[in-house]
Amino acid sequence: MALILSVLEQGMIYGILALGVYITYKILDFPDLTVDGSFPFGAAITARLISGFGVPAILTLPIAFLAGALVGICTGLIHVKMKVRDLLSGIIMMTGLYTINLWIAGSAYVPIFNKQNIFDNAVVNRIFPEFLRNYKVVIIIFLITMLVKYLLDWYMNTKSGFLLRAVGDNDTIVTSLGVDKGLVKIVGLSIANGLVALSGCIYAQQQRSFEISIGTGAVVIGLASVIIGTSLFRKLSFLRVTASVVIGSILYKACVALAMFAGISATAIKLITAVLFLIILELSRDRGKKRGSAC
Amino acid sequence: MLELKNISKNYNPGSVNELCLFQDFNFTVQDGEFVSVVGSNGSGKTSMLNIICGSIGVDAGQILIGGVDISGQKDFVRQRKIGRVYQDPSKGTCPSMTILENMSLAENKGKPYNLGRGVNKTRVEAYRELLKPLNLGLEDKLGVQVGSLSGGQRQALALLMATMTPIDFLILDEHTAALDPKTAEIIMELTDRIVREKKVTTIMVTHNLRYAVEYGSRLIMMHEGTVILDKSGEEKRNINTEEIMGIFNRISVECGN
Repeated sequence: MALILSVLEQGMIYGILALGVYITYKILDFPDLTVDGSFPFGAAITARLISGFGVPAILTLPIAFLAGALVGICTGLIHVKMKVRDLLSGIIMMTGLYTINLWIAGSAYVPIFNKQNIFDNAVVNRIFPEFLRNYKVVIIIFLITMLVKYLLDWYMNTKSGFLLRAVGDNDTIVTSLGVDKGLVKIVGLSIANGLVALSGCIYAQQQRSFEISIGTGAVVIGLASVIIGTSLFRKLSFLRVTASVVIGSILYKACVALAMFAGISATAIKLITAVLFLIILELSRDRGKKRGSAC
Repeated sequence: MLELKNISKNYNPGSVNELCLFQDFNFTVQDGEFVSVVGSNGSGKTSMLNIICGSIGVDAGQILIGGVDISGQKDFVRQRKIGRVYQDPSKGTCPSMTILENMSLAENKGKPYNLGRGVNKTRVEAYRELLKPLNLGLEDKLGVQVGSLSGGQRQALALLMATMTPIDFLILDEHTAALDPKTAEIIMELTDRIVREKKVTTIMVTHNLRYAVEYGSRLIMMHEGTVILDKSGEEKRNINTEEIMGIFNRISVECGN
């Protein structure tokens, strides 16, 4: 039971990260490696705010989002204004953020065990009855993830959201519409990295610590979730693509948990991440080929 | 009125591949004209359109619209007042979005793209009315993704979208070249109807000499960055395809191809 709960909790937390990766990878067609830096960035800010300044936990969520959005704007400016290739812009930001994250957090590992957080504070503890204690974390994560998903769905159907979808599809038309396509890309990158940092913020509070190494491979986890979600649930039209991405993330975490359960050591986790991603890529490519030959 | 004044444009300046396309190039389009532009490959037709739209810069010269110099404006700023249809049907639409979403996007051109609803449900009927005269059955496919439409259907939609909002110029860049002859005919008739109805100033680049002769109020032929033939009014009406073809062959022979 604890294993299932942990898969659901982490799956949904990384689901928010996957939604961010979905915006850059699928909508903008921009492989954004900034994620490896912006995920721990959200976590570092949260750890510092909670342990250093005693900021109310609920406030860490919007602060982390905004900080992540700022990081996304930087990646966008490097790419759009300085004309640096997309992958390189992300790598530059990811590398720089590693140091910035260490500065913000103060060290590579910051425990926040005895502090209040979004799962454990006066308000939450009063609302949740005794028998729901064990499910408190998973319920709160579920609510936040749903809220993020619905906000994103709503945004994608606004005029601004339409432009975002258009720019990844065919950026010529955005220029034809009299809009600066560079600006639209920057907006997309900022929302995406805002979500990634928000995910890092929740992750730090669920783990009750900040660790610099959580960033390594974050983008791979996000990509794997997006690809599982979008290729597995392509046929189910009642599922919004945002929902499939979150479910993809939960499935991915379940795969990793199974591998750990089967006795693979925790130090091998990054290797499992990489191999799993490769398997997923290969499987989704196969599906695509079959579909192509059927036509 | 659109004026290109003393335009100079070099490709790859300073290298062995340096190509001087325009040298002191001048060209004027009056309001309400429908100009067909013909010429061999490399004669500067598409470069001229790109210079007007700001997709490529110029080395010297001015681009004036209604007497105002726009050569310093960014491409997206200029295109607020310009509708453009490309040779490639996929460039004028968003393939992953539905017809309804594409049209909503196009109708909002010139207004801010804010957090308002992307699709205005009350406009659905109006969109249907716009699509019906095309006779392509698109009016029943508003919810269909544009990526699954045929090239001709997409190009018709692109043409509609480019002219949905008030524009000063319509720029057509070989917009029938990628279509089969029958569909090209339909798109050309649609183009003519839209240009007449909206009375929009139009510049059409085409390789189809018959279209250039049959449609439009003025015909120009370009060769090596200069206008070598310019017919309008009565002269344009009396011109025929053979005559144009003759001139076309003559300049090609002079070039050695």
